[in-house]
Amino acid sequence: MSGVATFAGSFDVAQAERLLWRAGFGPRKGEAEALARLGLDNAVHTLTYPDREQLVGPAPKDEKGRPLAPYDAWGHDHVWWIDRMVRTSRPLVERMTLVWHDWFATSDAGVNSQRLMLNQNQLLRQHALGSFPELLTQVTKDPAMLLWLNGSDNSKWSPNENYAREMLELFTLGAGRGYTESDVRQNARALTGFRNDWKRGVGSVNFRYDPSAHDAGTKTIFHKRGAFTWKDSARLAVLQPNHPSFFVTKLWSYFVPTPPDDATRRALERMYVTSDKRIKPVVTAILKHPALYDGPRMVKSPAVFNAGLLRLLARGVDTTAYAWLGSMAGQRLFSPPNVAGWDESRWLDTATWRGRWWIATYVLKPYALDPSTATQPFDAQALLDAALDFWNKPTLGDATRSALLGFAQSALGDAGRTSWKRKQYAVMAQNALRHLIAVSPEMQAA
Amino acid sequence: MSDCNHCVGLSRSRFLHRAAAEAGRGLPAIEPGMPAPAGTGLSRRSFLAHSAGAALAVYGASKLGLRALDEGIAAAASSPAQPVIVSVFLEGGADALSVLSPQGDPLYKKLRPHLALSGGPAFSEDDRLHWHPAAAALATLHSEKKVTVMPAVGYTNADQSHFTSRHYWEVGATSTALRTGWLGRYLDRVGLADNPLQGLSLDDTLAPALATAKMPVSSIDGPDQYDFWSNRVWGEVEDRMLAAIGALGLQPTDAGLQAAGGVAAQVDRLRTQLLPFQGQDGKPGYTSPVAYPKSDDAFPRRLAGLAAMLGAGLPLRCVALSAPGQYDTHSDQAASLASGLQLTTDSLLAFQRDLEARGLADRVLVHVWSEFGRRAGENGSGGTDHGAAGVGFLVGTRAKGTMVGEFPGLKAGLDEEGNVKATSDFRAVYAGVLEQWLGTDAAAVLPGVDSFARPALVK
Repeated sequence: MSGVATFAGSFDVAQAERLLWRAGFGPRKGEAEALARLGLDNAVHTLTYPDREQLVGPAPKDEKGRPLAPYDAWGHDHVWWIDRMVRTSRPLVERMTLVWHDWFATSDAGVNSQRLMLNQNQLLRQHALGSFPELLTQVTKDPAMLLWLNGSDNSKWSPNENYAREMLELFTLGAGRGYTESDVRQNARALTGFRNDWKRGVGSVNFRYDPSAHDAGTKTIFHKRGAFTWKDSARLAVLQPNHPSFFVTKLWSYFVPTPPDDATRRALERMYVTSDKRIKPVVTAILKHPALYDGPRMVKSPAVFNAGLLRLLARGVDTTAYAWLGSMAGQRLFSPPNVAGWDESRWLDTATWRGRWWIATYVLKPYALDPSTATQPFDAQALLDAALDFWNKPTLGDATRSALLGFAQSALGDAGRTSWKRKQYAVMAQNALRHLIAVSPEMQAA
Repeated sequence: MSDCNHCVGLSRSRFLHRAAAEAGRGLPAIEPGMPAPAGTGLSRRSFLAHSAGAALAVYGASKLGLRALDEGIAAAASSPAQPVIVSVFLEGGADALSVLSPQGDPLYKKLRPHLALSGGPAFSEDDRLHWHPAAAALATLHSEKKVTVMPAVGYTNADQSHFTSRHYWEVGATSTALRTGWLGRYLDRVGLADNPLQGLSLDDTLAPALATAKMPVSSIDGPDQYDFWSNRVWGEVEDRMLAAIGALGLQPTDAGLQAAGGVAAQVDRLRTQLLPFQGQDGKPGYTSPVAYPKSDDAFPRRLAGLAAMLGAGLPLRCVALSAPGQYDTHSDQAASLASGLQLTTDSLLAFQRDLEARGLADRVLVHVWSEFGRRAGENGSGGTDHGAAGVGFLVGTRAKGTMVGEFPGLKAGLDEEGNVKATSDFRAVYAGVLEQWLGTDAAAVLPGVDSFARPALVK
């Protein structure tokens, strides 16, 4: 057996819901119930071995009803991906694509080509649950990455250490874990040879490997000597003894907020190494681990929060506002803050919380009831029940429930005996309750 | 604090007076077309509700908001004005050898055949060095004795990882294990449990240097940019809804829920503190006595907002911003460095003049820093790779204005990897700031700092 513990408790709707939030973008209506009926093993299997992808729901469009132009128009790349998260029938594949976007964090701020960014995105999706060494190899020669970390600036005449360093520090080993400054410089020599041209009005084109730009001399990397090339560079990094622990610990951190205990980490490392460094077995083990179900809630990333609200409401993407709203909430896709990606332990502060509030504003827009025409019960509890029904009955704790109920009571209290106020305040309170539920702690952490 | 004509009703005394006068008194309902009631200074967000022939227009701030505001102001007013430290981060590793270029060092042109600079204002404390032409604003302030320069600041055995080195600077120690920032630990010692403005990031997200263990801190884009809107919710119901945000903060034991709830409570507090700054029609709820550089970048606007907040007497202590520009200049360094440096330093000059005009300049010290400098020898891409010691500044009327650590030269001053060796340590600078400016025990904030001699930073 693998030696990794499996959750042995009851796999009910609450557990299925948590699984869907951690491994995807939350449930559509009825999805958690259906998943719970399958039991843990089969539920995870549907995620790790999904059928061919189907996109469920209306095609995305901008605010004027036009199709998206993700290669060209500002922000359309972001909402294109949000739409894919909303409509996909393969949530884990999409979620892992997001994991790799953070792991190999590349920003259009340095690439300046949405097309190259989306090509990289497709590469990450294609290898999402495959072999990590293969993924690393493909990323190393990916044009967006070559531009982002100066890989195509790095030649035998003028070495550039940027990619060589981050490959070891951020992608495979971790800072200060088993490499020296000399390894970085020698690794940069091995990685020489990629080039591209610049064409006016088009941008970066003609990405290629040019042997004449490669430093063919002998390098010493990790105490090994050889005329290493870029493929050797990727191969040597994942052979380092510190790589498996880096890989499993980092991968774990995307799914479980508390670090794995030593025994679990070692078992996951063994599993990773004996499976030829394939990603899927490790992800499968993490998704079945007791720590995912027994441990504390995990704050959703802004993209997951945004896509999740839309999935819950079966609402399609019909605005590009989610792009700047993503910036406000601290996660503009294709534009991570730097090559280390987003800080997953610090999603929430007073600025990003406001971004989430505004995401909810936009998500809720078409559902807002008109106080002059709609009717709602003049009863705080009934209003709260209706608002919870609207969100498919999320489980809220007592503290949140009493905050919401207290709001509804005081809002209705303000209406006094004025009849138009009694009518309109109840409707506005319903709109407000839906909004407050969307930003409640239970909806922001799952 | 002096009452100032430029601050549009936001001076400390008028602010307090108004808050007290308005607290507990309901704002009048007004009809469309009526002018905003004089003297409130509050933004007028009017929403027209066509309902049963009635039209409503209400103010964005209610008696609820004002009551909370009044409490916050009263708490701030009861304590004396505090010194303020403003941290400005040049993210990416700014090239010290361009910001202050050693044009008088015979090795400079050899190491920088394509990137060597010429001209720029002379640096009066070392005739080898010249200011970058784009940093002329700093040269101006330096000539007024308002800039303390650290020409080679860093630490021994510099880590050339952006993230490791930046983390060291943020936590104030060469430790990867510390999770709180150096300013955050200072606020944990001296801060208040109900004042998120004491540690303020003017940024999209919270600066890690401000991360606390206990006390609330906050992050905003600008003081006039903290509004909340819900579809078809207005008036008293909107006020109640916004007030309920704080109630979402009362959460039981789960760590994830506490994280989400704790921020909601801070949002509530901050929103009420900033209500008077909400602008209208795209204009901020304050004006500045000086002109700031025009830019799409938020940096000058954020500094202008910061000066206005200080002018209004808001209880700020530690503020963090990211400088505009791209400092990780592995390629095409000449152009990309100059534009960011220009906007950064021009904005800092405007901020200093703003504080001087408001009579606040002796309360604020600005610390400019970067996670490392860049390698002395240029690379083949028209850029420079990661190096060791970098350049740093303390800017302000109270800055001592004399150099800390010398420029070590490009011959004896380089380590075996070709990087500039540090002649001052960032932890010693922090200790000096904590002791000489913030008046607190540095050893209680910075682990192991007593092995460093303290440079004189403040006059």
